[in-house]
Amino acid sequence: MNDGLAIAIMIFSLLLGAWCLAATVRQRWLDLSHLVGLAALELALLTQAGFVIAGMAGGHRPTEFVTFIGYLVTSVLFVPLCVGLAAMERTRWGAAIAAGGCVVAAVLTLRLQQVWQLHG
Amino acid sequence: MADRAGSGSKSGAGSGADDIGRGPGRVLILVYGVFALSAGARAGVQIAAKWHEAPVAYALSALAAAIYLVALAGLVRGGRTGRRVALAACAVELAGVLVVGTLSLLMPTAFPDETVWSTYGRGYAFIPLALPVLGLIWLRAANRSS
Repeated sequence: MNDGLAIAIMIFSLLLGAWCLAATVRQRWLDLSHLVGLAALELALLTQAGFVIAGMAGGHRPTEFVTFIGYLVTSVLFVPLCVGLAAMERTRWGAAIAAGGCVVAAVLTLRLQQVWQLHG
Repeated sequence: MADRAGSGSKSGAGSGADDIGRGPGRVLILVYGVFALSAGARAGVQIAAKWHEAPVAYALSALAAAIYLVALAGLVRGGRTGRRVALAACAVELAGVLVVGTLSLLMPTAFPDETVWSTYGRGYAFIPLALPVLGLIWLRAANRSS
């Protein structure tokens, strides 16, 4: 797993989450800047999944393997799911959903890193 | 759908039914979904792998996951029944997090492994404590406006 990328994802997703929350506070739905940011975040999460899969192909196997795979799959699917849910809710609350998705992406990346480091 | 997306709750008394799943309710659906999934998956892994180590804690995690799932279903379904189901689930959830949170502080040996509700949900940034309160506030507010 690429630590630099993981840290970059955590910082970026928390900043993006704050930016989405700012839209909620201003009673707005997401604008183009948020959507571009969310697309970039998803791209970074997919890249991270690529690094992880390459690492596992290279023989690295976390001890809590099932948990790890659960986090990995969720980390890739969650942001698109939130964007879909936000598209159904074109109010300030849609922006809050996107903000929640960003926070979860940061937490999932942190957990992925923690579980990745425990291996036998 | 687009014409009622603006304010969420005030359009049409007939469809006041599904109002609890709109606006802030949709945010709650997301959070309840996340907690049902994470608590459920965690409990599943723990029960499958090491049930004998802390059966009480793992059973409680599974119970919490079930309650999150019921609240989620109530919010998604909407209507009078959905609202009652969600209300009941939030009330049980609040009682659960308060009782388990208090017990985990008073008798730490009874909880050798963390549950979602240990120390009022500290391991989950206290969201398990805030969630039922926010849920109850929202269900009350949505009922008043419909």
